Amino acid sequence: MSFMRKPDVVHSRAPKNDLGLTRRDYEGGMSTLCAGCGHDAITAAIIESFWSLNVEPHRVVKMSGIGCSSKTPAYFLSDAHGINSVHGRMPSIAAGANAANRDLHYIGVSGDGDSLSIGYGQLAHALRRNLNMLYIIENNGVYGLTKGQFSASADLGTKAKKGDINEQPPIDPVIACIAMGGTFVARGFSGDKAQLVPLIQAGLKHKGFALIDVLSPCVTFNDHEDSTKSYAHTRQFYHPAIHADFIAPAEPIRAAYEKGEAMEVELFDGSFIRLRKVREGYDPTDRSKALTYLNEYMAKGEIITGLMYWEKSTPDLHSIARTSETPLSKLDYGRLSPGAGKLAKIQERYR
Amino acid sequence: MEPTDTKNPDYFHKVVDCQWACPAHTDVPQYIRMIAQGRFGDAYMVNRESNVFPGILGRVCDRPCEPACRRGRVDDKPVAICRLKRVAADFREDISHRLPTAPEEKNGKRVACIGAGCASLTVANDLMPLGYEVTIFERFDKAGGLMRTNIPSFRLPENVLDEEMNAIVDMGVDLRLNHEVTSMKALLDEGYDAVFVGTGAPRGKELNLPGRHDTDRIHIGIDWLESVAFKHVDQIGERVLIIGVGNTAMDCCRTSLRLGANDVKVMARKPRDFFKASEWELEDAEEENVEIVINHFPKAFVVEDGQLKGMTFDLMEYDIEDGRIVDSHVVKEVFVPCDDVVLAIGQENAFPWIERDIGIEFNDWDMPEVDRTTFQCSRPGVFFGGDSAWGPENIIWAVAHGHEAAVSIHRHCMGEDINERLPRGMNLQSTKMGLHEWSFSNAFDGSERRLVPQVGLQERFKNIDIEVELGFTMEQFTVEVERCLNCDIQTVFAAPKCIECDACIDVCPTHCLTITHNGEEADLRTRLSAPAENLEQQLFVSEPLIHTGRVMVKDEDQCVHCGLCAERCPTAAWDMQKSLVHVPKAEDQPTPADVSPERKAG
Ligand SMILES: Cc1cc2nc3c(=O)[nH]c(=O)nc-3n(C[C@H](O)[C@H](O)[C@H](O)COP(=O)(O)OP(=O)(O)OC[C@H]3O[C@@H](n4cnc5c(N)ncnc54)[C@H](O)[C@@H]3O)c2cc1C
Ligand SMILES: Cc1ncc(C[n+]2csc(CCOP(=O)(O)OP(=O)(O)O)c2C)c(N)n1
Ligand code: SF4
Ligand code: SF4
Ligand code: SF4
Ligand SMILES: [Mg+2]
Repeated sequence: MSFMRKPDVVHSRAPKNDLGLTRRDYEGGMSTLCAGCGHDAITAAIIESFWSLNVEPHRVVKMSGIGCSSKTPAYFLSDAHGINSVHGRMPSIAAGANAANRDLHYIGVSGDGDSLSIGYGQLAHALRRNLNMLYIIENNGVYGLTKGQFSASADLGTKAKKGDINEQPPIDPVIACIAMGGTFVARGFSGDKAQLVPLIQAGLKHKGFALIDVLSPCVTFNDHEDSTKSYAHTRQFYHPAIHADFIAPAEPIRAAYEKGEAMEVELFDGSFIRLRKVREGYDPTDRSKALTYLNEYMAKGEIITGLMYWEKSTPDLHSIARTSETPLSKLDYGRLSPGAGKLAKIQERYR
Repeated sequence: MEPTDTKNPDYFHKVVDCQWACPAHTDVPQYIRMIAQGRFGDAYMVNRESNVFPGILGRVCDRPCEPACRRGRVDDKPVAICRLKRVAADFREDISHRLPTAPEEKNGKRVACIGAGCASLTVANDLMPLGYEVTIFERFDKAGGLMRTNIPSFRLPENVLDEEMNAIVDMGVDLRLNHEVTSMKALLDEGYDAVFVGTGAPRGKELNLPGRHDTDRIHIGIDWLESVAFKHVDQIGERVLIIGVGNTAMDCCRTSLRLGANDVKVMARKPRDFFKASEWELEDAEEENVEIVINHFPKAFVVEDGQLKGMTFDLMEYDIEDGRIVDSHVVKEVFVPCDDVVLAIGQENAFPWIERDIGIEFNDWDMPEVDRTTFQCSRPGVFFGGDSAWGPENIIWAVAHGHEAAVSIHRHCMGEDINERLPRGMNLQSTKMGLHEWSFSNAFDGSERRLVPQVGLQERFKNIDIEVELGFTMEQFTVEVERCLNCDIQTVFAAPKCIECDACIDVCPTHCLTITHNGEEADLRTRLSAPAENLEQQLFVSEPLIHTGRVMVKDEDQCVHCGLCAERCPTAAWDMQKSLVHVPKAEDQPTPADVSPERKAG
């Protein structure tokens, strides 16, 4: 942990986005995570994504649970709104916030412990409701904050730092979320921002619940030999299957590419995701084929990454629950609080 | 690109922008840190080793280091490097016991230096401790050269000059004052082992316009300043015109104000962007209410009945494109009344005393042919340095020449090839003190540059010897030293240790670092985290990294040496290391055993 603050200095030719802001305007406080933690690299990818999407920092809500990963919203977008919930309960709070104001960008940052153990039920329901948010799992295979116990994503046979071998089968968040009905399910790696940044951009623009499982090595407790979540192991078995380029609405698009190799899908605001097949035979729009493929290759120990499943037909929380189109904060007082008489009338109906 | 060879001393040296820009390569950040630690004597000695005259240069150096300072590139203004040098001099404890001394036992070699300016004094400074007998011939009755005769005492007090000159002369230099060398041939006949010509550029340029010689109220700037310095002149008319707008002009106008003038105009031919004077010298003059008049081209001196009435000028208009004058026209003629005119339009070299048949070749401009590295002319054993070599420069260049000429003289006298000089060296030492602790303060102070306090505008004119600048106070310099970015604390990279976690890249406040696929420099520069458009600044490219074969690239341009890359690296692939540049001096050159003093004594 560094003792000093990051110097208040900007590169004299630092690029500015359409809002006239530099990347540094999207930073948060100085990270207190271990030096080299994958989570910090994901933070940098989040900063890069919001900056390049020209999102005003104060139009963002960042939420998390408990864990090293869940600490990271403190390290980006210091001008955004934020809630650090209790362990595993971030999705409930996200649902409430989302219902109250649909105009903001919602990003939740969680860990494999926070999401796949204590918060697994919460995650499933956020997904089922198709909450309009980006949900990032910073997956390191351990409970980092509590000193490195195996988490539910630890692979069979992987070794802990002190030598214990994991004998319980892992939950793979990508397979689980596709199976549970996810509408945008992706996997990335903290060490590959070229892949991760467009995934985050697309996830933020997706109308519905976008989940990105990001492999994020824990340098302190899970970066040794015989760990399947180390930098070295991940690099060795890492296989991008589908590359997603994010294309903003104003950008001139459609570079030449071979037929059948890529498909472009339009998002609700006129931007595009261009899906490029890096591996033969993978179809990110077919739920059951995607699951079969993933199960097959995961069994071989391959780490398949990219935008693994995508669809836009499932309605999101707002349309199902018919939430207010106007943020509650913008409703006039009379509508927001119709008064005791109105309440009494409603209650009358249930007598 | 090929992996960067950081063993080449120039690579890290160039990163220390100030030190690289300093002709004498003063270790600026090192002395600034010493001041921060209250080690003023040490700071003075670090300076003295390179620039010989810290007290003088801390006041009047032309400071090429400051425009080069990284702080000016990254944000705000450069560190007040020059005035911090003065702090070292002002606050130092007694350092007399640390000054060089000459051995009793001489090495039997005699060197003659002509002119007692800073160039010759530097030669003496370097050769006396090695046992040389150095004789300096000076035409005036005081040593110091232009530092004494032309730089006014309100900028450079006499006692400061005397003290630093005496530190050299007192080693036992044979200083022959009032001794003008009028024949090089005769001097050479005296059998010196080497001769150094440090006679400066002593001739002020003329302006031959109608009326020039019809009055005695038109003065040549450098001669006039010299007369003032020697107290031969102590007054001037109320209305003075200074012709020219270089640094000499600035001294002439400010001196005039102290000799009774109250309406002083500096007449410039061109617009301000084309002025030769340093911005700070212009500011100092304007602060004293000197009027700087642009676009006036001198035409004639108006003299009636032997009395100077004024001057006529062509008022000019210029067409400027891309900072260059492409065309000019005269708008009208104007008359400007005055009582005196001072010509400050440049200096020239003149060597009437060097015979042209003694093996010293002169070129088409009547300047001696001098080698840029060895400072030797076409006659072996005769060396030139300072303003005498290639025309007027400044003190710090003259000092740098002096050091290099001393190396040549030493090698020449020892029978060694003067071209086989020792290369520069570089030493690197880690500054790591703990996990996230360094032996330098890596969090720099974001404050603005401090301003040096000055004597009030009324007070300063009471006496020409009142030094205008007061020097930094303790409160000021303690802030100013922390503005320095410690560019000599280098980011040193060990490729085999890197696990490509991106931590350093993400934390860097100025986006200096990138891990990417290698390529040609022009291409790489377009693929970095921040635009690497400053082509004067180097790119560091590592060996291929072990996981992916990509390379770590660092654009040195805007690194603030905060050390965060090294703090955030889990494997200590980055380290912060102090670079110490070694510029070999005369004392470092190998001495053949048969002529060394020890050997002779034994
Ligand atoms: C008005 C003015 C202001 C300046 N201000 C600055 C400044 O603020 N900062 C800065 O860095 N530089 C300044 N300079 C430039 C600087 O003074 C010179 O570059 C520097 O002094 C050159 O040093 P030198 O040793 O080569 O020669 P000089 O300093 O010129 O010394 C030459 C010496 O040789 C003597 N000499 C000449 N011929 C003979 C002979 N035949 N026999 C015996 N002796 C002889 C001369 O009398 C003189 O003492 C200024 C120059 C001028 C004119
Ligand atoms: C209700 C509750 N139970 C247990 C804990 C202890 N605890 C803190 S963080 C954590 C696990 C964090 O793991 P993960 O989400 O993977 O985050 P990481 O630190 O690995 O990024 C646990 C079990 C807690 N804070 N609250
Ligand atoms: S910041 Fe300090 S070390 Fe860097 S160039 Fe400026 S003075 Fe020199
Ligand atoms: S020291 Fe390292 S982190 Fe700091 S500016 Fe330089 S490269 Fe960036
Ligand atoms: S922090 Fe260290 S290990 Fe990580 S990328 Fe930088 S140099 Fe490599
Ligand atoms: Mg974890």
